[in-house]
Amino acid sequence: MRKLLFESLFRRPFTETAPSPDDAALSELAAAVGRAARRRLGRSLSIREVDAGSCNGCELEIHALNNAYYDVERFGLRFVASPRHADVLMVTGPVTKNMREALERTYHATPNPKWVVAVGDCARDGGCFAGSYAIVGGVAEVIPVDLHIPGCPPNPMTMLQGLLALLERVDAVAS
Amino acid sequence: MPSLIDLIQEGRKVEQHGPWPRAVVDASAWRFAAGELAQGNWSLLGLWGEPATVHMAILDARTADVAVVSLDCPDRAFPSVGRQHPPALRLERTVNDLFGLAAEGLPDTRPWLDHVRWGVRFPLGDRIDALPKATPYRFLPAEGDGLHQIAVGPVHAGIIEPGHFRFTASGETVVRLEQRLGYVHKGIEGLMTGAGYERAVQLAGRVSGDSTVAYSYAFSRAVEAALQLTVPDRAVWLRALLAELERLANHLGDIGAVCNDASFTLMHAHCSVLRESVLRASNSAFGHRLLRDIIVPGGVSRDIDEQGPETIQATLDNIRLRFPDLIELYDNTASLQDRTVDTGMLKPAMAQQYAAGGYVGRAAGRSFDARRTLAYAPYDSLRFEVPVLNEGDVNARVWIRIREVEQSLSLIDQILERLPDGPLGTHAGHIREAREGMAIVEGFRGDVLVWLRLRDGRIERCHLRDPSWFQWPLLEAVIENNIVADFPLCNKSFNCSYSGQDL
Repeated sequence: MRKLLFESLFRRPFTETAPSPDDAALSELAAAVGRAARRRLGRSLSIREVDAGSCNGCELEIHALNNAYYDVERFGLRFVASPRHADVLMVTGPVTKNMREALERTYHATPNPKWVVAVGDCARDGGCFAGSYAIVGGVAEVIPVDLHIPGCPPNPMTMLQGLLALLERVDAVAS
Repeated sequence: MPSLIDLIQEGRKVEQHGPWPRAVVDASAWRFAAGELAQGNWSLLGLWGEPATVHMAILDARTADVAVVSLDCPDRAFPSVGRQHPPALRLERTVNDLFGLAAEGLPDTRPWLDHVRWGVRFPLGDRIDALPKATPYRFLPAEGDGLHQIAVGPVHAGIIEPGHFRFTASGETVVRLEQRLGYVHKGIEGLMTGAGYERAVQLAGRVSGDSTVAYSYAFSRAVEAALQLTVPDRAVWLRALLAELERLANHLGDIGAVCNDASFTLMHAHCSVLRESVLRASNSAFGHRLLRDIIVPGGVSRDIDEQGPETIQATLDNIRLRFPDLIELYDNTASLQDRTVDTGMLKPAMAQQYAAGGYVGRAAGRSFDARRTLAYAPYDSLRFEVPVLNEGDVNARVWIRIREVEQSLSLIDQILERLPDGPLGTHAGHIREAREGMAIVEGFRGDVLVWLRLRDGRIERCHLRDPSWFQWPLLEAVIENNIVADFPLCNKSFNCSYSGQDL
C-alpha cells in the first residue's frame, strides 16, 4: 500500500480539465434558479440521487462522476446520503407507479431552496418505456423539474456540464 | 434416474422450437419434474407464464441438456413447483401477478411485483380492475425478546437502485432479512408483446443497464434460434468481444466497490480508474461507453472502429500493468480481509439448489458457466478457465471476479487476434407462422435466459430471466448471523440486479 500511496505523490493526476457549462442547460436553468440561492449555497451543491425506475445505466454513469477523471468534488458538488442534506435531487428513470410515492416523499423531505435534475432520456418522458401500464412517465409528471440532461445514459462529461451550468447560474443570479 | 429427454418424450413435442426441445406435458409429468428439481437431479432455469399456459426451463447439469416443459392451465391454476422447490417461489408469485394463474399449494401467495398501484390486475392476462386500495405488505414474522426491526429503502443512502430490506436484528446480529422488490417494474414483457425486432432488442438492452450487452446478445440469439438464422463469423466474434468488455468493466468496478463498503477507499479509487479506462476504450471502439444497441438480431449494428483493436489493446496492457498491484493490496491488507473472509457464507448445497449463476455460484462450488457448459460460438473455440472456489464468502466472490478479470483479458486478446473478416449481419426476415426460440448467455452476473415466440416479424411473447432471480433469495440466507454493518459487503459482493428482476 505504501508503494501505491508513494507513487501517487509523483504521478500526474488523472483528473481532466473541466468542461464549459452546457449552453442549453444554462438557458433552461435561467428561469429556475432564484436569488436566494447563492446566499444559501455558496459555491457548493449537495446532491441526492434517486432512482425512480431506471435500468441502472444512468446510475453507472453517475457513479463515474466520482472517479478520479471527473472528480466532481473539486467543483463543490457532492453526493449525500439523505434528501434532508440535499440541495439537488438527481432523478433517473421513467417513474414507475411503484416508485411514485417514494419519489414524492423524497422530494418533500428535501429542504428549500431545491432543484430537480432529471437525468437520462427515460426521465424526460418515459423513453422507450412510455405507454407501459407500470409507468407514470417522465419525472416532471410527479415533481417539478429544473433541468433535463439527455442521453441513454448521458455520459459523465454531459452530466458535469449540466451541473456546472446549475452552479454558474446560481452564481450569476446572485452577483 | 430418468433423463430430461424421457420427460420430453412423454409430452407432446412442440415443433419450431429451437435450439432445445419444448413439450406440452400433463399435470402429473409437471409434478414429476418439480420432484426431480426438489431432489436436486435437475436445475430450474426459469418459470414463466402466458395467459393460459405455464412454462418451465430445466437444465440437466450432468449432460448439459436443456428443455422447456409447458402445462396448459385452462382453469387458471397449475400445481406449484415452489411448494417442493423453493427457487420457484418468487417466479410463481410473479406468474400470478402478471397473468392471474394460481400455483396450487404455493406456501406464499403474497403478490411480488404487483404493489397494487398499476390500476389493473393481471396486466398480461385477462385484465381486471385493481383492488381499490393497497393493503400493507405482510412481512414474515421474527419474534422474540430483544428483537427489533430495521426498515431500509426503497430509497437508499447510496447511488443504487430502489428496493426495500426488512431486517430483524438481535443487537447487531441479523436474525432475518426479508426483501421486498418490484419497485422498478416497468412492464417490459408487456411492452415486448407486439413489438418489431428493432424495438424489442432496444427494450431487451434496457432490462438491466450493466448487462445491456448480455441482454441484447441473449435476445438476438433467441430470435436467431427461432428463425434458424446463421450469423456471420465476424459478428459472432465481435459479440464475444463486447460481452467480455462488459464483464471486464463491471468486475473492475465491483471489486473496488466491495472494498469501498469495507471503507477501503484506495482500492475503490484505483479500480474506478481502470473501469473508466475500459469504458473509454469501448466508447472509442464502438461509439458507446456501455456498448448499448450494438448487438441486434442477425448480427451487430456497427463494426469496430478502425483504431479500435489498438485502443483496446493499449487499455489491456495498462490493466495488466496496474491490476497485479491492486490484487496484492487486496490480499495483503489484514483490515480488509478481516471484513471479507468468513462474511456472508453461502453453502455449496444452497448454491446448487438455487442453480446460482455467475460469481455467486462459482464462489460456492457450482461450476456452471454458460460459455463453457453450453459452449456457444465463439467460446467453443477459445481457451479459458472457469474459476471455482468452495468457501462461498465475500472474499471468495471477490477472488472469482479477480480471476475472471484475468480470463477476460486473455479472451479479448484471443478475439482481437483471430477476429475474422466478413459481413456484420444477415437480415432477420418475416416468417408468417409462429416460431419459438431460446438462448442462454453468460452475462457478468450469471446466465441470462431469453425465451420468445415470433409471428409475422413481431414478438408474440418474450420472457427475459435475470440471474438475480436465483441470487436474491440466497442473499437473504447468507446474511443470517452476520452483523448489520456487514450487509453492504454481502450485498455488493452479490450485486444482484433490481431492474433485471423487477423487469
